[in-house]
Amino acid sequence: MADTLVLTPQQIIRKKAAGEPIQPDDSEMTRKHTIVVLVENSIGAFIRVINMFSARGFNIDSVTVGPTEDSSVSRMNIATVGNSRIIAQVLRQLSRLVDTIEVTDLTTTDYVERELCLLKVCYTKDSRSEILDVSDIFRGKVVDITKKTMTFELRGPSQKIDAFIDMMLPHNIVEVARSGRVAMQRDI
Amino acid sequence: MKYDVHTKVQPVVTGDALPKVRPELTTKGQHMSGAEILLRSLEAEGVKIVFGHPGGAVIHVYDEMHRIKPQFEHILVRHEQGGTHAAEGYAKATGKVGTVLVTSGPGATNTVTGIADAYMDSVPIVVFTGQVPTGLIGNDAFQECDAIGISRSITKHSYLVRDVSDLARTVKEAYHIARTGRPGPVLVDLPKDVLLAKGPFVYPETVNMRGYAVPAEGRVEKLERAAQMIEESERPLFYVGGGAVNSDSSELLTDIARHTGIPVTTTLHGLGAFPEDDTLALRMLGMHGTWWANQAIQHCDLIIAVGARFDDRVTGKLDSWAPHAKVIHIEIDQSCISKNVFADCAILGNVRNVLEQLRPMVKPKDTTEWLKQIDVWRQECPLKYEQDGKLRAQGVIENLRDKTNGDAVVITDVGQHQMWTAQYFRFLHSRTHITSGGLGTMGFGMPAAMGAAFGMREIGSSRPVVCISGDGGFVMNAQEMSVAAAHKLPLKLAVINNRFLGMVRQWQELFHKERYSHTDLSDTNPDFVKLAEANHCVGLRATTPEECRQIIDEAWKVTDRPALMEFQVAKEEMVFPMVPAGAATGEMITDRMTPNSFV
Repeated sequence: MADTLVLTPQQIIRKKAAGEPIQPDDSEMTRKHTIVVLVENSIGAFIRVINMFSARGFNIDSVTVGPTEDSSVSRMNIATVGNSRIIAQVLRQLSRLVDTIEVTDLTTTDYVERELCLLKVCYTKDSRSEILDVSDIFRGKVVDITKKTMTFELRGPSQKIDAFIDMMLPHNIVEVARSGRVAMQRDI
Repeated sequence: MKYDVHTKVQPVVTGDALPKVRPELTTKGQHMSGAEILLRSLEAEGVKIVFGHPGGAVIHVYDEMHRIKPQFEHILVRHEQGGTHAAEGYAKATGKVGTVLVTSGPGATNTVTGIADAYMDSVPIVVFTGQVPTGLIGNDAFQECDAIGISRSITKHSYLVRDVSDLARTVKEAYHIARTGRPGPVLVDLPKDVLLAKGPFVYPETVNMRGYAVPAEGRVEKLERAAQMIEESERPLFYVGGGAVNSDSSELLTDIARHTGIPVTTTLHGLGAFPEDDTLALRMLGMHGTWWANQAIQHCDLIIAVGARFDDRVTGKLDSWAPHAKVIHIEIDQSCISKNVFADCAILGNVRNVLEQLRPMVKPKDTTEWLKQIDVWRQECPLKYEQDGKLRAQGVIENLRDKTNGDAVVITDVGQHQMWTAQYFRFLHSRTHITSGGLGTMGFGMPAAMGAAFGMREIGSSRPVVCISGDGGFVMNAQEMSVAAAHKLPLKLAVINNRFLGMVRQWQELFHKERYSHTDLSDTNPDFVKLAEANHCVGLRATTPEECRQIIDEAWKVTDRPALMEFQVAKEEMVFPMVPAGAATGEMITDRMTPNSFV
C-alpha cells in the first residue's frame, strides 16, 4: 500500500536524525508519470478530474480523453510530473472522486506509450532532401505536400517525437500538433 | 502494478444510516411534474426539514409545496448563506443530512460559503439550486450562473439534472454520497424546464455507482500491526478528530482509551468525542490547545490518529511536530493519509468499524509514568485568566458551562470566543460542540445554532442550544434571528462583545506592533439588545460578573423565543496559550509576558 511509497518532509528529517539512509527517489526525485484514469463518460466527470489537478496545484503535461470499448466509460491518459509523495497524493485524490472507476499509475509497470504528431515545415530546393532524410530516420510519413511546405505524420514514444521536432527546428517549422501520450500496460 | 483501488470495488452501505423508503410515498410510476418528483423524493428520503428561499427558477417547486403539503417542514430563511449554515448545524447536531433549496444565480452563489464550510468540515448537506431552463444555459440569462462550475472544487460531488427521468435517482445518489464515507456537501442543479416536465416517479431503493465505494472495515494485517505498535509503545497518545464524531464512535473510543489507559487529546472538531472531565482527557491540542496536550504530542512515541487530518492549526511547523512519534492513522478518506504527516501504519476504514475491530486486539497498558509526566505539564501551565472582578469572556463561558453542567449543544462562531469555548467549556458528549473549523466562517454561529435547535426539536431532545458568538461574527448573519423567533426556538444567544475583531486584534498586537488596522468595531456595532428586540427576541446585557450570572438565569427562563445575552467584556483579552502560525508546537506563548522572539 502507498504508505511504503511516501515520505513527508517530517519523515525525511526523522530518518536523517536516526541516521537511516534516504533513497533520493523515495521522496525528492521528480519524474514523469503516466496515469490512466477510467471515468464515467461525461463532460462533468472529465472536468472534475482536470479541476482536481488545478485546485490542488498538481501539474499536467498532457491529457488525452477518449471512449473505450464500453461506451459508458472514458479513458483519460494523464501525463504529469512529481515526486513519489506528490504522485501518491494525486492517485488518492483521483480515486476519491465519485466519477472515477479505476486509477492506475503505469510508470512503475511495463507499459507501451505512443504519441501522434503532425508537423508542417517549410522546405526549399536545398533543404528538401535533408528534411526527407530526417523523416526517414524517424519513420515519418509525408501526408501532405505543397510548393512550400510538407506535413509529416509521426508516431512513437514522446521522446522520439521530441527528438524529431528537435531535428526539424533548423528548418522553419510552421506548425506542430501533438496528441499527448496514450499508454497501456503490457501483459506479462 | 495497479494502484491500490480496493476501495473502489464494492460499495458498502452501513446498516441503519439508510432510511427505508416508505412504500406509501413511492406511488410507483405515477406521472407528475419534476417539481413534485423532487418533493416526493425528499419525502421518500426521510427528509424532515428543508431550509430554503424561493425565487424564479424554483417557483414551481414552491407552488407544488403549497399544493401537496409534503411531509417535511420548510423553513424560510432570510439569506441563503444562513440556510446552508442552518443545514450544517442541523446535520452536525443530529447526524442526519441537512437539506437546502434555493433559486438560481444569486440564490446559488449565496450558498457558496456554506458549501465550502461543509466541505472543509465534512458536513453532510445536499443543496438544491434552481437553474435557468436548459435551452438558456450559457446564454447569460436572467439569474443564471454556472452553479456546478462555481461549486466544483468545494463539493464532494455535484449534479446537473438534464432529464426529469433522472431526477429521483439523482436525489437518491446525492443523499447517499453526502451521508456515506467522509461526509460532505452535494449540489444538485435543477433547470426550470426539468422541474416543469412530467415524468414517472419511482424512487430507487438502492444506489448503483461503480466509481463510489465506502471504506468500512480496516485490513486485518494493518490492525495487527497497529495493535503491535500500541503494545510496544511507552508513551502512546490518542489524537482524535471529527471522524470520531461523524461515525458516532465516542463510546467505543472512550472504552478503548480507558481499557488501555492511553490519554486522549482532541482537535477542535473532536471535542466531545471523549469526555473532558476524564483523567485521561488532555483537552484540545494545536494552536490554542492546552500546554500539556501539546507537550504530550512533542514527547509521545506513538500517535493514534482517529478520524483526524493533521491540519496546520494542529501541527504548526510540520518538520518539528511530534518528533519522536510513530503514527497510526485510522481514516476513511484515503487522500488524508500521509498528506501532511507520514503514517507508519495507515488503516483505511470507517472509524467505528476499525475501533470495533481493534478493541479485542489491545491489552491494558501501564501508562502510569507517562500520565504522571503529563500531570507535571498540567500543573506547569494551567488554563488561566485574570481574576480582577471585571467581566471576561472566559468567565462568561464558565458561567454558561455551570448553568448547563456542560450538557448543552454549543455552537460557536469564529474567533477568540471560539477558542475560549473550546478551552473552557469542557465538552462531555459527542455532537454537543458545533463550530466552523476548517473554513473559519464568521457568521456561522447564529444560523447553525438555529439549525441545531430545529434538529433538537425534531429528535425530542431537551438539551439547551447555546450559541456563543463574537460581536463581529454575530452581525454577519444576524438576520436569521427573526426566523428562530418565528419558530419559537428557545435559543440562548451569547454575544461576547469586546467591540473588536478580537482574534485579528490579538495578531495585530502580537505580530504587527499594535497597529490595530480596521479591527475596532465600536462605531459600527449595533445595539445588540435593540437588535434582539427588533427581531422579536429577548435582549439582555451584562457588564459585570454579577450581571452575567443574572442575565444567564433570566435568559434560561425564556422558553418561547430566542434570548440574546450581550456580554460587554474587556477588549485587551487574548487567547493563550498560543503557537504562532508557522512556529513549532514546542514554541508556545503562554502569556503576554513571553518575549516576542518569534516575530
